[in-house]
Amino acid sequence: MPARDVAAPRPARPRRRVPLALLVPAGLGLLFLVLPLAGLLARAPWSTLPQRLTEPGVLTALRLSLQTATLATLLCVGLGVPLAWLLSRVEFPGRRLVRALVTVPLVLPPVVGGVALLLVFGRRGLLGSWLDATFGVTLPFTTAGVVLAEAFVAMPFLVIAVEGALRGADPRYEEAAATLGAGRWTTFTHVTLPLVAPGIAAGAVLCWARALGEFGATITFAGNYPGRTQTMPLAVYLALETDPPAAIVLSLILLTVSVAILAGLRDRWVSAP
Amino acid sequence: MTAAPLLDAHLVADRGAFHLDVRLRIGAGEVVALLGPNGAGKSTALRVLAGLHPLTAGHLTLDGVELDRPDRRRWTPPERRPVGVVFQDYLLFPHLSALDNVAFGPRRHGADRRTARDRAQRWLDRVGLAELARRRPRQLSGGQAQRVALARALAVDPTLLLLDEPLAALDAGTRLDTRAELQRHLGEHAGATLLVTHDPLDALVLADRLIIVEHGRVVQEGDGAAVTARPRTDYVARLVGLNLHRGRADGHTVRVGELTLTAADRVVGDAFVAFAPAAVALHPSRPDGSPRNVWPATVVGVQRHGDNLRVQLDGPITVAADVTPGAAAHLRLTPGQRVWAAVKAAETHAYPA
Repeated sequence: MPARDVAAPRPARPRRRVPLALLVPAGLGLLFLVLPLAGLLARAPWSTLPQRLTEPGVLTALRLSLQTATLATLLCVGLGVPLAWLLSRVEFPGRRLVRALVTVPLVLPPVVGGVALLLVFGRRGLLGSWLDATFGVTLPFTTAGVVLAEAFVAMPFLVIAVEGALRGADPRYEEAAATLGAGRWTTFTHVTLPLVAPGIAAGAVLCWARALGEFGATITFAGNYPGRTQTMPLAVYLALETDPPAAIVLSLILLTVSVAILAGLRDRWVSAP
Repeated sequence: MTAAPLLDAHLVADRGAFHLDVRLRIGAGEVVALLGPNGAGKSTALRVLAGLHPLTAGHLTLDGVELDRPDRRRWTPPERRPVGVVFQDYLLFPHLSALDNVAFGPRRHGADRRTARDRAQRWLDRVGLAELARRRPRQLSGGQAQRVALARALAVDPTLLLLDEPLAALDAGTRLDTRAELQRHLGEHAGATLLVTHDPLDALVLADRLIIVEHGRVVQEGDGAAVTARPRTDYVARLVGLNLHRGRADGHTVRVGELTLTAADRVVGDAFVAFAPAAVALHPSRPDGSPRNVWPATVVGVQRHGDNLRVQLDGPITVAADVTPGAAAHLRLTPGQRVWAAVKAAETHAYPA
């Protein structure tokens, strides 16, 4: 132990006691989050695991999940970034209302979202009947419908993250670009986007994670057809009723894949300077 | 100026409760400093000229082209004005190298990537930063960032160059070099230059002409010598370090409140009287002798001022006096002490208000 020396400033900070009133609930909170994952690992049928992993249904559901979540994320980025820009950079009447509407899917039960999607994009829906009659396109109970359902639920995560990043970015950089001859579109692509790129990446990661785990809206709007609309969460739910050990295996796969991809992206994009 | 000025503007703008009303005329190759205290409207004037803030009235004509004229519903967006801006904290794009920051303007003005980069490289050479072209802005020192910002603004060949407190963010040592450097580049710029600053030294060194604004209006205009010799507001008098009083003149005498001062100049009517703090002598008792203005005063405060001490005096007029430490010790100056202040008539300048 070093002797107490008040006069000389030390690089090491003095240690202060952490109050128990904070330490105990913090520990319980951590336990509450980690314990279910530990349960998953404890109950996993390790002996039959290799054989179960190679079952064709598992890989099909996994591939479908990854594909639809990625497509939904791309859709959300393509539509959500301009929406976030509009909300943060353009003054228009009813902006507060629009901002509130954007967050509705966050608080809406996903099943209700699925029903609402059916009413609009269903074969007899407001837009769906027109799409069917004009282009012969039907969305419900198709893979495209899965993407749509996931995008609907996940888009608010992206818009909120990107809008936050845009509000945090100094708009004077955009003014500087304008004085150098850049119009609004060039300023957006050459200055604004690079400045908020970390925010977009973080938003896209959140969005992707939400889309990957989507269940309620997907099963309501797209149904549960293996190979076409049965994503991992749906497969887990179905397996739980018929073959519980299979549900555990599917859950483990979903967990491993999402954690691995998020960790990879985090190092590469989100924490980039 | 005989020829038509390059910039001819009457800027009327509102920003909340603040109202700006300033006339500006700047010739080709001329550097004008817009000098004023914080909140005087300097930055608003600069933003209006750059097209970042709308005019509510007046007009803005640059090189014969009417860019803004609210009463004819004419307004030019910032990206289509031949105006370059060096912002106070430079605003170099953090995601681009120094070279690409400078090349940004030429690119937007239609140059292809290669031409724009060549041009940017030449500008970086000119500001002496050729070897730092690959650096990101956060790897540059304050003085280097300032030079990159200047190169970026000049690379689009602006008819009007605007500088917003270009030296304010620099430390004292860097400031001296950067000011000299900036002076050289402004001298080479063929267009008009407007420098916004609250530092009188920057204004005097860099500008050919000074325009002083307070509360959104021009209070004084002229070259450095005229402004420093004949301040017209308390703000300008403080900037140039003179005692300034307003009174009524009748020949060589000017009546300021209850005091009559004798001045070197002959004026009739409303007049300003100005004299330097160093011209004020302090005496323990009433002095006599050569023609002097003499009045009793009370010491309010004493501060260091360079090698001397600056004494704030109250009395029939409030003035600042500079005395040597020796004289201060001799007089035993302390707040509340009564002294006699004296200024020679030859050092008292009067001019019409």
